[in-house]
Amino acid sequence: MTGVAFMLGGRTFRHGVHPAEHKEATRSRPIERMPFVDEYWLPLAQHIGAPSKASVSPGQKVQRGEVIAEAGGFVSTFLHAPVTGTVKAIELRPHPSGKQLQTIVIATDAFASQKITTLERPAQDADAATKAAFIQRGGLVGMGGAAFPTHVKLQVPKGKTVSFVVLNGCECEPYLTCDHRVMVEQAEQVMRGLDLILELTLAKRGAVGVELNKPDAIEALRQAIGTRPVEVVGLTVKYPQGAEKMLIDALSSREVPSGGLPLDLEIVVQNVGTAAVLAGLFDHGIPLIERAVTVTGPGIRRPANVMVPIGTPVRQVIEHCGGLLPSAGLVVLGGPMMGMAQKSLDVPVTKGTSGILVLDQSTKTVSEEPCIRCGRCLEACPMFLNPSRLAQLARAELHDELAALHVMDCFECASCSFSCPSHIPLVQLIRVGKALVRQKGSSQ
Amino acid sequence: MFEVVGATLPVIAAATYYFGVTAFLVIAAAVVGAAGTEWLFARDRGWSTLRDGSGLLTGVLLALTLPPGVPLWMAFLGGVVAIFLGKVIWGGLGKNAFNPALVGRAFLQAAFPITLTTWVAPLGGTWHVAPSTLAPPLMKPSVDVISAASPLGLSKFQHQSTDLWSLLVGNTAGSLGETAGLVLIVVGLWLTIRRVFDWRLPLATLLTVALFSGVLHWLSPSSHPHPLFMLCSGGLLFAAVFMVTDPVTTPLAPRGAWVFGIGVGVLVVLIRSWGGLPEGVMYAILLMNAVTPLIDRKFMPRRFGGKS
Ligand code: SF4
Ligand code: SF4
Repeated sequence: MTGVAFMLGGRTFRHGVHPAEHKEATRSRPIERMPFVDEYWLPLAQHIGAPSKASVSPGQKVQRGEVIAEAGGFVSTFLHAPVTGTVKAIELRPHPSGKQLQTIVIATDAFASQKITTLERPAQDADAATKAAFIQRGGLVGMGGAAFPTHVKLQVPKGKTVSFVVLNGCECEPYLTCDHRVMVEQAEQVMRGLDLILELTLAKRGAVGVELNKPDAIEALRQAIGTRPVEVVGLTVKYPQGAEKMLIDALSSREVPSGGLPLDLEIVVQNVGTAAVLAGLFDHGIPLIERAVTVTGPGIRRPANVMVPIGTPVRQVIEHCGGLLPSAGLVVLGGPMMGMAQKSLDVPVTKGTSGILVLDQSTKTVSEEPCIRCGRCLEACPMFLNPSRLAQLARAELHDELAALHVMDCFECASCSFSCPSHIPLVQLIRVGKALVRQKGSSQ
Repeated sequence: MFEVVGATLPVIAAATYYFGVTAFLVIAAAVVGAAGTEWLFARDRGWSTLRDGSGLLTGVLLALTLPPGVPLWMAFLGGVVAIFLGKVIWGGLGKNAFNPALVGRAFLQAAFPITLTTWVAPLGGTWHVAPSTLAPPLMKPSVDVISAASPLGLSKFQHQSTDLWSLLVGNTAGSLGETAGLVLIVVGLWLTIRRVFDWRLPLATLLTVALFSGVLHWLSPSSHPHPLFMLCSGGLLFAAVFMVTDPVTTPLAPRGAWVFGIGVGVLVVLIRSWGGLPEGVMYAILLMNAVTPLIDRKFMPRRFGGKS
């Protein structure tokens, strides 16, 4: 049987953790539009793979939606002006990753109409390669956070088949609700995007996995199914269900082989937000120039879900949401489990920014205690690793043993750190361990 | 760990009820020995073990495995040895292979075998302090306690059974913490619900003892006691709740926990049925502590997406 056996309702993967959800503040707030600001900062590296190559030069006028950087390779993508204006500079600027990276700076033309320059769409019967190239031209990346170029996943390699498409609507990170709102408000587009993916991959069936804490999203999507060979599956709330491998396990009880891809099981996974943008691209020629972002946390005055043009400085998004409260502490881009803590608010929203989370100062740092071998990290790790041991090995810099215990299977979900009663920074240590193994591998 | 310390309070209360203030004094002496040693060595090493209460816990648990009439200086010495040999020389919390409280108890048992197996009957009166309790150090305690045999001793050497109800309410001779079965069951359930420990460990231990001794009893009822008696007597419940569940000295992974518990269960029955001792829980656990690294190596979770 080539198909995937999946069942209805309340399914989930094994292991994982239950962090407090904290979604109340924004779960029922409709996505609002962020007004235009003076300047946009567009790093050439906003996705996994080679950075884009700038195709504009300083002083040049650009239209909203126009290409400003081209793909730097197959695993890379295009970049578009989020606003009509003038290229002010192409220079090193702070990036959410903490590095200084090449960034195209666009000054907004305050008097422009801000009408979107759309892309020319391929014919309905164009071949798969043409359509994949179009997706790349549209600048699409996975919007759940990883920002992997979408066209790469949707171009099925020769000799492989796809039988099943999964849309990821888990949004298992605490605080975040932007996918939730997209599913509720744009259920039709999400389904339309799923149609396109089914068509491109020649898959027979599809499913949308949504955690059961979003009943309105499940309802909206079910309404939108129509006659499609698609199922909306409610999943028991658990972190990290939104990880590709966990979601596939939850839906089909099958494990993606270690080091392998969902494609090895004839499955393709896309985020629901990506599907909605895909629909806009194919139906209207609109590239990826904006995205829904959840701005929330105890340190923000007015939590909201906001449609933000890519490249908007984080500081301005926060101001749009009433600014920081006096108690504001750490600012994180993404969710609290896998997001990136920021040193400065002068970084842009990128294609992979799903949330701006402002914690408060009282989120206290606790001191590390010795490992008491309680085994909780083992029972949390969705990859069935031994985080306690891996962290010890990373401290001792024993890369051979790290590799032998499959440290590279870790995808840094932080479930282990979350569950550790001794507050050992397990995921940070394991990240160091992975870097050690990588170094060792490349030096040979 | 403070939650576990808190969980010992009902047990301490039961011990004080049955054996009088003697119980309280013995516990205090062991705690002073254990926590004092911890403090002495933790000071300049930066361990935070005094804060986490694990030294305190070791003292309390050790005391609860001792007979009520034990001299205070022995309890104190046991506490010192438990922390020093059980923990300090290994490098502190989390690095020790053997349960520190049981290390202390094993030391006392080896050094003072008679005293450690002299039981007194419960309910001697609340303010009763056994004369042996206050015996000065290194003197042979005058054997003037009204000694009583423990239920396991009665069963093994005199083929005399103790009824289940006495075992459950704790109205029997035995170590301080082991007699009140009901209290231990309630505390164990509470700690399970609060997810303080891995329920697999006590469950595997108790189930194994029940099954194994059940089979033996069925084969030969006259020479092997009833499984319910086995479960409720001789510190098994106490050990299942407070010793088998020590995270540091037991396996990390769930499958390892089952193996450990089953191992303890089998050893307990073997020692009780065929060994020279009526009681075997302590040695069973220490033996399984010793093979824990091996269990850890053999029983890790199967890797996700690996070939199975
Ligand atoms: S070891 Fe890696 S995959 Fe496992 S829980 Fe920790 S961060 Fe997640
Ligand atoms: S959760 Fe922390 S204390 Fe427990 S075994 Fe893992 S690393 Fe050790």
